Formats: sequence, structure tokens, C-alpha cells
Amino acid sequence: MSADAPSLEARLAAQGISRRQFLKFCGALTATLALPAGYAPKIAHALETGPRLPVVWLEFQDCAGNTESFLRASTPSVASIVLEQISLEYHETIMAPAGHAAEKSLDAVLANTGQPFLAIVEGSIPTKDGGIYCTIGGKTALSIAESVCRKAAATIAVGACAWDGGWPGANPNPTGAVGVKTAVPGLKSLVNMPGCPMNVTNLTAVLAHFLTFKELPALDQEGRPLFAYGQLIHNNCERRGHFDAGRFVESWGDEGHRKGYCLYKMGCKGPQTYSNCPAVGWNDGTSWPIGAGHGCVGCMSPKFWDNTVPVYERLPNIEGFGVEATADKVGLTALGVVAAGVVVHGVASAIRAKSSPQASHDGSEVPATTTKKG
Amino acid sequence: MAKIVIDPVTRIEGHLRLEVQVENGRVTDAWSSSTMFRGMELVLKGRDPRDAWVFAQRICGVCTTVHALASVRAVENALGIIIPDNARLIRNIIECTQYIQDHVIHFYHLHALDWVDIVSALSADPAATSELQKAVSPTWAKASPAYFKAVQDRLKTFAGGGQLGPFNNGYWGHPAYKLPAEANLMAVAHYLEALDWQREIIKIHAILGAKNPHLQTYLVGGMAIPVDPNTQKAINDSRIGRMRELAKSALEFVQQVYIPDLLAVAGFYKDWAAIGGGVGNFLAYGDYPQSNDGSVESLLLPRGMILNKDIGSAPGAVSHEKVSEYVTHSWYTYAGGDEAALHPFQGETAPKYTGPQPPFDFLNTDAKYSWLKTPRYDGQPMEVGPLARMLIAYAAGKERPKALVGLVLKTLNVGPEALFSTLGRTAARGLETLLMAEQLMGWIGELEQNMGSGKLDIHNGEKWSPGSWPAEAEGWGSTEAPRGALGHWVRIKDGKIANYQAVVPTTWNGSPRDAKGARGPYESALIDTPVADPERPLEVLRTVHSFDPCMACSVHIVNTRGAELTRIQVTK
Repeated sequence: MSADAPSLEARLAAQGISRRQFLKFCGALTATLALPAGYAPKIAHALETGPRLPVVWLEFQDCAGNTESFLRASTPSVASIVLEQISLEYHETIMAPAGHAAEKSLDAVLANTGQPFLAIVEGSIPTKDGGIYCTIGGKTALSIAESVCRKAAATIAVGACAWDGGWPGANPNPTGAVGVKTAVPGLKSLVNMPGCPMNVTNLTAVLAHFLTFKELPALDQEGRPLFAYGQLIHNNCERRGHFDAGRFVESWGDEGHRKGYCLYKMGCKGPQTYSNCPAVGWNDGTSWPIGAGHGCVGCMSPKFWDNTVPVYERLPNIEGFGVEATADKVGLTALGVVAAGVVVHGVASAIRAKSSPQASHDGSEVPATTTKKG
Repeated sequence: MAKIVIDPVTRIEGHLRLEVQVENGRVTDAWSSSTMFRGMELVLKGRDPRDAWVFAQRICGVCTTVHALASVRAVENALGIIIPDNARLIRNIIECTQYIQDHVIHFYHLHALDWVDIVSALSADPAATSELQKAVSPTWAKASPAYFKAVQDRLKTFAGGGQLGPFNNGYWGHPAYKLPAEANLMAVAHYLEALDWQREIIKIHAILGAKNPHLQTYLVGGMAIPVDPNTQKAINDSRIGRMRELAKSALEFVQQVYIPDLLAVAGFYKDWAAIGGGVGNFLAYGDYPQSNDGSVESLLLPRGMILNKDIGSAPGAVSHEKVSEYVTHSWYTYAGGDEAALHPFQGETAPKYTGPQPPFDFLNTDAKYSWLKTPRYDGQPMEVGPLARMLIAYAAGKERPKALVGLVLKTLNVGPEALFSTLGRTAARGLETLLMAEQLMGWIGELEQNMGSGKLDIHNGEKWSPGSWPAEAEGWGSTEAPRGALGHWVRIKDGKIANYQAVVPTTWNGSPRDAKGARGPYESALIDTPVADPERPLEVLRTVHSFDPCMACSVHIVNTRGAELTRIQVTK
């Protein structure tokens, strides 16, 4: 990064964005990250003064769904400024060069050892038969992941596939597809952002956090940011009142469906899925699955293609509707949690852990919410 | 003579590799290879057919929604389910929105940099750019010299920092770039405008489908988004109003930005109307039912096929029974020998990689060289996609497509033969976007009318319970994805998926050679493409990008127990 790079102030001005609008945006990011409001100026400061961090976005056994989600970054126009905080050096779906010229872009990032960079990985990585089920430029995805992620300051695995193999890794897993954590074991700075796809609001927040604090946000044992994956959907669901009152959708399009009753009987996996979907919504908060009228499919959960199906089968053994503790228990049980104590309110814990800028970020105060099943 | 390799082919979805032979500045031969394989059909086996769309949609996140649609249609076809009118309308609105958004993203964010030199935009005169903008699109508001100055300043700031990011190592200054600096600056401005625009337009998907990408309100039998004018939690007047605003903005952008840009850019690249012709055969299943009777006649975009560029006659009828797939040059084997072509119902899959061990420099293109199979229609390679659809609609005498095609030919002062080209393909995509943007408001209006008259049904639940299904059922569902004809086939046994398969647009277009050695559409279209500098094969990208490749969609495997399949009844 050259020293005379233009300040964010200048970049904002070039886009006709006032400083006030920018600070408001930082405030919104602070809320997403579940940080106290006092952090907004710190984030703003970091975004204003930081160099543009080089980012390498790798696509392997992917559908580009996370890339598409990334393109929907929607916090009005100012989000594009945050994206200008990074320098997207390599992203096959977006970049101008192809072939050797594209490889040159990647090689340059890897060769510049003095400049830390961030790796973002989308898609699973096939390991069967020497990894020949995905090659780029004649090299296997496995070897590319190894060489890039090992050198990155941090790696963000976006989407279910890069986390735990996603659907290519679902039974019978024809290509031996795995996520980054398995393909490149022992990475110290790895953030997992499951979801099919991940929600870009959360990715934007992780990037801002990384640029601000020069480290990753607090993570659970699965490496998922607590601010986004720390709470059960069921506990924040807009239809929760109907669940507590025993008002359920009985068939698609019935009166209860039209009135927004609880979708539990239609197979909703909200009672066992940890995600901030109800709080941040999708596409600039326009809607989200349960809000629209279809149950949650549990796409942020471990191995969800095998564990949270059939989609329309109701979750077993929920007794005593209306008792929050019961629903929490269901969520934990369904995910195979062995942790003692009630630890589902991870975001509250995260806030406590963040109560001062000096607070530990090692997650020690923040109990793990889940462990992987099977 | 030089053989050049382009891998990764960027600004597409997925992993495409091209090996191209160049002699005397022209492509003399080409091989298209897909280098990634996952295996959706195997994963689907044994699962609840009502879940299939949730999985199948994830074949592709760029063509999100289209596989979900083909999947529910296949299961509905198998079980004999007629969906309610509201579900038909909601699906049409969703798919139509997908066309508009996807085509615009392709033009501005995937294809434009083949024609637009961003670096040249730095030296444009903002005042002259403003004049150009007003000349090509008199009503578009973002046209002042100050606006273009601001865009240029933003670009200068970006470039001045020394970090060009995704634009680093582009082929800037290549002799094949022909646009004046002002046209380049105008295009860069619209690249950025389109980035904001697509994010807004796609909110129609969020309103009807909960989110984008990967919508979540499909159901076998209808949709899970309720319609009720009197509740907050359903499609109501407020949401109809919001969709109207978005549909209006979609049409405005297409009319006032996309189409004028397309015509302006095409004017500088008319030589590309004689390059990139391809196989000259075209196939479309048709789409956008205007009624629920399941008839071919009800489809707004017609079903049909054209052979040997013959658009003077009515398009031929299409029967899926004439579809077959080769694996002669694909990394699979057939029990009866790899020279045969099998109908998808009898398809077999045994993936068997015989390519070079990585890392490698070249594929053995005389042998097997791709994860794509080679679909053929009645033995012929077929091009699918916007050009195929527009040509078939044109040949079928559909009024509006005919008028739009005529208008473009007249504006560019070229004859109908110009359609069979790289430029024709790119132009057809634009025309189709306009055609569909004109339709969107109508379907929203029909939905509103239904709602007003108390027609609130969104789902036919008669066959929702697996207990109501026959022990065995089979069906086929088709759609026209933005990239072309898409079919899903499903066989259900004892309430579970016994077999599932998809034949996908990019498999048609990007297929390797068949047993007779005939090239696929990409490979054919690349022949004779000029290459000024083999180190910077910009022209090759132009032609292959004109197809809008989507590799994630295209690699699939058919059932492993295909021999068990009996004939599927196709009612549609």
C-alpha cells in the first residue's frame, strides 16, 4: 500500500457520501457485530485510515452463491466504500484477466510476503482420487487451498460448502468433498461463515471487524462468529408469539399461513438453528425465509444436508409448547451438544466479552454453543 | 502454430478451461473442458422428492431459482399436480426477474470488459461523455458532465492508489478494443450503476422468495408465500406496490441504459457480426406458461428447434426422446462402450478420470478431456440460450420478438445473417431482457387482480402427503434458464427419489466433441476467431463469454442405475 493512497474521506467525498452518513453506517455495523455503540468511532477510524487489504477469493466446488450474496451487499451505497477498503486481487467471477494473466494476479499476492492478505474460500474441496475433481490452471483445488490459506493472515470460509463440504459432501459424498478446516488442517486464523449462502451482512461485519481490530471477532468452537451464529433463530423469531400461543400453520395457504402463524408443524428448523437471520434479514432486510412463509431449512447448521432433512418433517419431541427452555434444549440436542449449562445466548455473552476494547478475544468467556455431529 | 491454454476462464460461473490452436492469427481448433465435478444426482437419491428443489437449486447460485423451478415441475409432472394460478404467476415473476437481473449482470459485469477498456476511460472528456450519453439515451438522468467527472475521479482515485484489484493484469490497451475514451467512461459509469441496480431489482426475489440467492418459497404443488390483501404477513397491496416500483425501475434501466449501450457498443464492433457463428442449430424447450393447462401453446417463449440457421421456416417440433448424451470425450465410461449415445433415461454414470495428473500443462484432447458430457439432439449439436430463444420466437412469427430483432438489424444496418455470431448472441440477450422487462408488470397486475377477487390459493395440497402417491411415478420438468434449455427428470419409488437427473444449458453449449468428432457450440464458435496476440487472447474471451458460460450447472451425472428406468410419461 503506497503512503499517498487517498484517504477514505476523499473516497467518500468522491461518491457524495457525507461523514455523517458514513458514521451512521458504522453504527449499523456495530449493531450487527453486537458491539457496544461506543465502538462506532473506532470502526470509523480504522476504515478511514487503514490501507486497502488485499483479498484473494477462491472458488472451488462452488455454485457462486456466496459470490452472488457478496454482490448484494446492501447497506445503502456506503457498503461499496467498505468494499473499497479491501483490494480484491483475485476473484475468478469478477476479475478482468483470465488464464495466465489471472494466475499472475494471484502469484503477485503470494510473492509479496511483506503485505498480509486475507483469503476467502467458497465451495468445498474434493480430496478423493488425488483431488482431480476440481482443478484450476492444471492444479488441484486442494493444492491451491494449501498454498494460499497457509500464507494468508486469515481465512474466511464462506458458505456451507467451504465450512463442512456442504451438499457436495452430503451422503454419499461422491468426490470426498470437505471444507477448508479439513482440507487445510490446523489453520490458526480461520473463520467459518456457514449458510447456503452466507449472509453478506455478516461478511461485511467480519471484514470491518478485521480491519478495525486487526483480529477476528469472537468465535465459537466451530470457528463461527458469535455475533452471527450465537443465538437460536427460534428465540428471536417474529412468529415466536404464535408458537407460544399454540397457533400453527396447518396447511400451505391456510388462514394461519396468511396471518403469519408459526411454521413448526410445516417442518421449520428454526428451533434448532443458530443464526441472526431474524435480526438482519436478507437483501437489505427485505425478508427472510420464515418471514416469507416457508420454514427454516437449517442451512447454517452442521452437515445440514444430512442432518436437517427431510425439509418438511417436523422436529421430534418438542414438548410443552411455549416453554423457552424446552426449545433451547431441542436446539442443543438436535446439534449433538454435550456442553453443560445453558449457553445458547451467545450474543449476550459476546457483548459481555466485548465490554471493553481490552477484553479477551480468545472466546474463553464465551461458551461453545455447538459441536459437530457425525 | 501455437496451442494456447486459458484456465481459468474468468468472468463466468465456475471452472472452464479452453485449449485453442492458433495459426496465422486465427483460431483453427478449440477444445472446451470443464474441470470440476460434484455429483448432485447421486446426493439426491433416496431423499424426499419434495426436498429435491432445495438441493437442486444449489447446482448453481448464479442461475439461482431455475433448478428449483425445473425440479418442482418435474415432481409435479410425476404426481400429476396442477398448481394454482397464483403460484404460476409468482413463478413467472420470479423467473422473469431472474432473466432481467442475470442478463444485465452478464452484460456489464461479466462481458463488458471484453469490449470496454477501463484504463482508456481515465482519459475521457467528461463533457463529451455527457454529450454521448444524451445522444444515445436522451431521457437517462445521470448524464451531466459533473456526474461523469465524479465517476472518472473515483476511478482515478482507485487507480492512483496503485491497487487495481480485480482490474489488475487486464488486457488494457489491446488493439481489439475499439471504443473511444468517452464510450469507455460511459460504460464504466453504467458498470457501477448496474451494480447498485441489480441489488435493488432482485428484491422482488426477496419479496416473493424470502431471499436471493437461493430462494426459499418453492413447494411441490405451488408456492409458500401466502397471498392475502388483509394481512401483513402475505403478499398484499403494499408488497404489490413495492414490486411495481421495482419492475418499473427494471424496465427503465433496460430501456434507457442497457439497450442504448448495447447498440452504441455494437456499432463499434460490427465486424463481430461475422465472427463466432457456431453450430447453427438451436433448441428451446420454451417457458412462461400463460395458463395452467400445461400445453406447449401456453408458453410465452415458444418451444422449438432450428437446423442449419433456417429461420425462414417455422421451427421444428421438439421431442425430448431425441436427446442423447455421449461420453466419448468425457471422463465417464458406458458399460456398452463409450462410442454410443444414450438417452438420459437410459443414462449411465461411472466417473473415470483419465486426464493428466495435476499439475499439468495440457490436456490430451484426442482422448477424454472434460467433466461435461456431450448432449446431442437427433445426433446434432445444438446451441441453447437467448439467441436460440429469440431466433425460435422470430421464426415462429411471434410479433414482439420479431419487431425487436428487426429494429436492431435496422439500427445496425445489417442483415439477418448477422444474428449468427458473437455479436448476435450478445444482442439477443439484450433484446430478450427488454422483452421480459416489458412482461413483468403484467404478471404483477394479474396477481393483484386475483388477490382483489378473493383468489388466494397458492398451493395445491391434494398430493402433498406421500401417502397419496402411487408406489412409482416418473416425470419431467423443463424451464428456459437465462442460459438456455434446462430439463430435470425424476423417478419416484415408495415415496423416495429413485433416480434424478438434469440436462443443463452449458452442457449443451460447452460440450466436448461427440463420437463422430463433431465439435460442441463453444468449440465451433471459436473457429476462425482472430487472435492478435496469443499472450492476450481477448478475442477468444469475447466469443466464449457471448454464451455466458455457467459451469457449475453443466457438470452433472446421471443415475447409476439408469438401466432400471422405464419410459417416463411426458405430459408437457
